[in-house]
Amino acid sequence: MTEQLVTPPERETADAGTSGPVRIPVERTWWQRHGRTATVWGVRLLLIAVLLTAWEMTAGSLFDITFTSKPSDIAGRLGEWSGDGTLWQHSWVTIQEIVYGFLLGAAAGALAGFVLASLQLAYRVLDPFMMALYSIPKVALAPLFIVWFGIGMHMKVLLAAATVFFLVFLNTAAGVREVDRGLIDAVRLMGGNRRDIALKVVLPSSMTGVLTGLKVAIPYALIGAVIGELVASNQGLGYLINDAAAQFDTAGVFATLVVLSVIAGVLNVLVGLIGRRVNRWKPIEAQG
Amino acid sequence: MTDVLSAAGLTKQFAKDDQAIVALRDFSLTVEEGSFVTVLGRSGCGKSTMLNLLAGLTEPTEGVVSYRGEKLTGPDIDIGYLTQSDTLMPWRDVQRNVEMPLEIRGVRADERRTTAAELVQRVGLRGFEKHYPRELSGGMRRRASLARMLAGTPRTVLMDEPFGALDAQLRTELQEELLQLWQGSGQTVVFVTHDIEEALLLGDRIVVLGKLGRIVTDQKITLPRPRSVDALRVDPAFVGLHTAMAAALKEGSS
Repeated sequence: MTEQLVTPPERETADAGTSGPVRIPVERTWWQRHGRTATVWGVRLLLIAVLLTAWEMTAGSLFDITFTSKPSDIAGRLGEWSGDGTLWQHSWVTIQEIVYGFLLGAAAGALAGFVLASLQLAYRVLDPFMMALYSIPKVALAPLFIVWFGIGMHMKVLLAAATVFFLVFLNTAAGVREVDRGLIDAVRLMGGNRRDIALKVVLPSSMTGVLTGLKVAIPYALIGAVIGELVASNQGLGYLINDAAAQFDTAGVFATLVVLSVIAGVLNVLVGLIGRRVNRWKPIEAQG
Repeated sequence: MTDVLSAAGLTKQFAKDDQAIVALRDFSLTVEEGSFVTVLGRSGCGKSTMLNLLAGLTEPTEGVVSYRGEKLTGPDIDIGYLTQSDTLMPWRDVQRNVEMPLEIRGVRADERRTTAAELVQRVGLRGFEKHYPRELSGGMRRRASLARMLAGTPRTVLMDEPFGALDAQLRTELQEELLQLWQGSGQTVVFVTHDIEEALLLGDRIVVLGKLGRIVTDQKITLPRPRSVDALRVDPAFVGLHTAMAAALKEGSS
């Protein structure tokens, strides 16, 4: 019967504001605003330049280029491969494996984590089994996966998915289990049913866990896919490394590694972007 | 006046290993429609346990809670509960937090928005609709919680030391606002506190709890309304009550 409540005297917004921090605009120069970031990036670039130069200078004298190659050769190999399409063809295969493996593993892991952690008893029963499966080195599964799925892309996708699954599963489950009991009770008091609790409290609250899982899992999707290719394949960046190494082409091996790290970097940036969108409500210090 | 909320023979135990911890034993209380009952007790006397039971959040080990003549088996949307800690959803801004009870009831979006905007203004949070709870001070979060509870239009309101964590000035301010909101609303309020002054300032009736929810004193407060803290402090009737309640608290804890 709030309709009958007496409205208190009109109060200024500033009144409520006095009990909180006050925001004022601040004039800052470009350097004050971005100086720190600019410095960090400057030093990063400098570091790369110094390392590459040192490598280039010492190649041939201090080190045998048969084993360590040198930056100019690596750049040359990258140019050559990019010209004849080798690079794009193999990269595309690996990227597909990573993306499909990641999506498959992440979706299954998040779903399983969400459902299982919501069912107290089921979680307690299955927890040790999940931990045992999680602890198996996924490389050890590769031979089995070859028997089951052949040496095509399926096997790499599933190997990457298997790795991603457990990381996302465990983090999601932890997120769901750490949901504040008080928030659940609040929804119950509003007359919310189990569905309301799951959608309006557990899901948003466990997002932090899910995102941590996704973030941690990204490099593992890459690892899963490349290891699958190294074990048995006829295409992909892992195959390229194996092939180059077999011909004692170290420049080719390094060139492939460069491509792999670029792919990993791009993937990390993508996850960072998602995290920032979802965690807007968190204190700025806690946003990753 | 009719009884709205009544508890009969409530006992609550929490099992731990081979032992059961008794939080409340054989507690009975009836609350009349439209009254403002303050429950005074020291920490650990089972106040929060009692409110959780009255709100239907937990089930009593023994005894029955009845609301408007019917046995309470779970939370009832007609009973609002302002808990001691903030339970605003941290990922929702003030506006969307206040809208939440309406959202769960399936109220249309535009209607929700109007009601919430009105409530936000009534608790003095206008201009902070788009702020997330962590961007608000403790007092503002309390106000937002109050607005959210009112959005559910409860006829009975339970409050568990709602202003316990605030500084003295802000507490006084919010106490006065609470009285203004309550007066003439016809709502029934059960207000739990450990502060004698607060209990006397707000209530029509004061219930002092001893250990395990034993009722030490249960009496009417006839101090005239509107009451203000500063005037009350020097009122002989108030001072007399204050002394009596302090003695009752002491008796209850021994």
